[in-house]
Amino acid sequence: MVDDKKQWKAWLYLSPVIILTLIFTVWPIINTLRIAFLDDYTLLEEVGGVKFSFGVQNFVKVVKYPGFKTCLLNTILLTVITVPISTMLALIIAVCLNSIKALNRLLQTIYFLPYVTNTIAIGLVFSTMFSMVGSGIGGENPIISTAGIINNIIEFFGGKAVNWVNMGSSYWANMFVMIVYIVWNALPFKILILLGGLQSVNKQYYEAAKVDGTSRFRTFWRITVPMLSPMLAYVIITGFIGGFKEYSSVVGVFGENMGPPGSENALNTMVGFINTNLMSGKPAEGRASAGALILFVIIFAVTMLNMYVSKKRVHY
Amino acid sequence: MAEKKSKETATPVTDEMLNVTVASDVVPTDEKVGEIKQENIVADVVTEPTLVTEALTDTSVLSKGVMKERDISSITRMQKVGKITIKTIIYIFLIAVAISVLFPFYWMIISSLKTYDEYALTGEFASRATPTFFPTTIMWSNYAQAFDTANLGTLFVNTVFVGIVSTVLSLIITVLAAFAFSRLQFRGKNALFAALLATMMIPGELFTITNFGTVTNYFKWGNTYTALIVPFLVSVFYIYLLRQNFMQIPDELYYAAKVDGTSDLKYLWKVMIPLALPTIISITILKMMGSWNSYIWPRLVADDEVHQLITNGLRGTSFYVYLADGTIDADKINYPVQMAAVTLVSIPLFVVFIFLRKYIMKGVSRSGIKG
Repeated sequence: MVDDKKQWKAWLYLSPVIILTLIFTVWPIINTLRIAFLDDYTLLEEVGGVKFSFGVQNFVKVVKYPGFKTCLLNTILLTVITVPISTMLALIIAVCLNSIKALNRLLQTIYFLPYVTNTIAIGLVFSTMFSMVGSGIGGENPIISTAGIINNIIEFFGGKAVNWVNMGSSYWANMFVMIVYIVWNALPFKILILLGGLQSVNKQYYEAAKVDGTSRFRTFWRITVPMLSPMLAYVIITGFIGGFKEYSSVVGVFGENMGPPGSENALNTMVGFINTNLMSGKPAEGRASAGALILFVIIFAVTMLNMYVSKKRVHY
Repeated sequence: MAEKKSKETATPVTDEMLNVTVASDVVPTDEKVGEIKQENIVADVVTEPTLVTEALTDTSVLSKGVMKERDISSITRMQKVGKITIKTIIYIFLIAVAISVLFPFYWMIISSLKTYDEYALTGEFASRATPTFFPTTIMWSNYAQAFDTANLGTLFVNTVFVGIVSTVLSLIITVLAAFAFSRLQFRGKNALFAALLATMMIPGELFTITNFGTVTNYFKWGNTYTALIVPFLVSVFYIYLLRQNFMQIPDELYYAAKVDGTSDLKYLWKVMIPLALPTIISITILKMMGSWNSYIWPRLVADDEVHQLITNGLRGTSFYVYLADGTIDADKINYPVQMAAVTLVSIPLFVVFIFLRKYIMKGVSRSGIKG
């Protein structure tokens, strides 16, 4: 089968992929490892002829940098809070959606809508919904003319208005907005996958459970969840990976300041940390690379842990 | 053994039992009660209610033995009521979720059509405590202002241009590679494919840093369309997806084409691409959506006015309120105009989604990546 003419052709067809992968994927892996371990590396200085010595200076600087802890903590918090919430919600929604016939198609389409939106654009909408509106918001003494629609709804149900995203808002108020937005954004994909899984579950299991008079709750835990475990594992693993790379949703709500006016970077994330190091006036590729490697190690470890747990839990 | 036995005994009476259930659904009359009492004997005989219970909906009560018509009917009624209650709760829950999913879109659209005063409850609306849920005067001019302020025309053209070019080039590369991996034989094929798949595990952020340097310093592509297009042409996942699809096409077709003297490329174009069209459409849409939503990379390499893409332009623009004398009130963000811009950015995606819903959902459920 293998004749020389074919060989030559195959490599020709593959050449764009190979060339582009070498330049934009393989070289970056090697180079990122290299510059992360070059002390105080910047590309500008390297082009200028400066020689760097090997060391762990970048990592030391990254870890010592006060903003880094905030970034790491924010990333971890956002991930461990939003992944379980969105997974549970998606599971409940998928199970409910699978049990009905009327409106099924319409509801499925509606639930998928957040997926086909621009994260930054809809982030602006969330920011507006939570914002207080008035003159001089962001200044020292804002004149508030309306508390914003979310606060109006809270007040309608007898609650008290909260300063969610404006100047002087608290960390947990900001966090809450981010959690709502990320969950809202993460649901479509999870519902889609879980619903697909549910539809492939053999109906006979449910009929057997019905004959035995098994309660709905028990049926859910003993049949639905085990049968869905591969899909659950999948959405949880991808959820964790996505969570650790959270960035543009924060930019959508808070802008590149990564926090409400007056407390910039309060909600910065790991990817935000890497990008800030690249974008700020003086490029610091060394620190960015060190940050990226730390992020990679975290994601890798968490994914391995997830896989290990799911291997024990996932049925068939 | 016991089960088999009970089945044997139960079989002859199931039809009768079915009649009982049917009767019990109807409002009981005295005559029927009499009939049921005769049937009770049968119910007593069947102690293991395997088949009987399948016929009747409820199991636990029947297995206890003797039961009256009234019980059965009240139980089925209770079950019905319970079922309806659960269904109602499910529907209320699902509709509540649907409303919370749709609310931001609704708010975005109605806000985009309000005057600043109506939105912020100032001026003539100052007496209201809560915002209006439908604009009293519809301000289409917000859209014009948004279009001008955010320079949306340029942003749209840029984004569509970058999207189309990168999608077309990416498709060519992907199809050729998938063809080589699925149909051709060459040394090192499996090793190369495995190596490509392995790169999928590494988060993209790791590449960004070096690619930023490569693109701006070595290739001098800073602020060009090339910088926005070339680094993302190869997607291992799409190659993988299309290869799987190509492999399902039987070899016989290929050999038949070879016998007829058809060239590889012609075979690819005339047979394989049409057969794999759904996958190719999914890839196209996902790739286009990716360009529409990309943020970090364009922000890094091409953030000047000429090459800026939609997301960067949108987040970087401030929408001000103009005072009567034409000057800007820097204190106020003109939210309605901002929302108009956001709506304009979102509409193309919605239109694509409505028309190509099937392909998008299929593609997403297989890929699990946004863009």
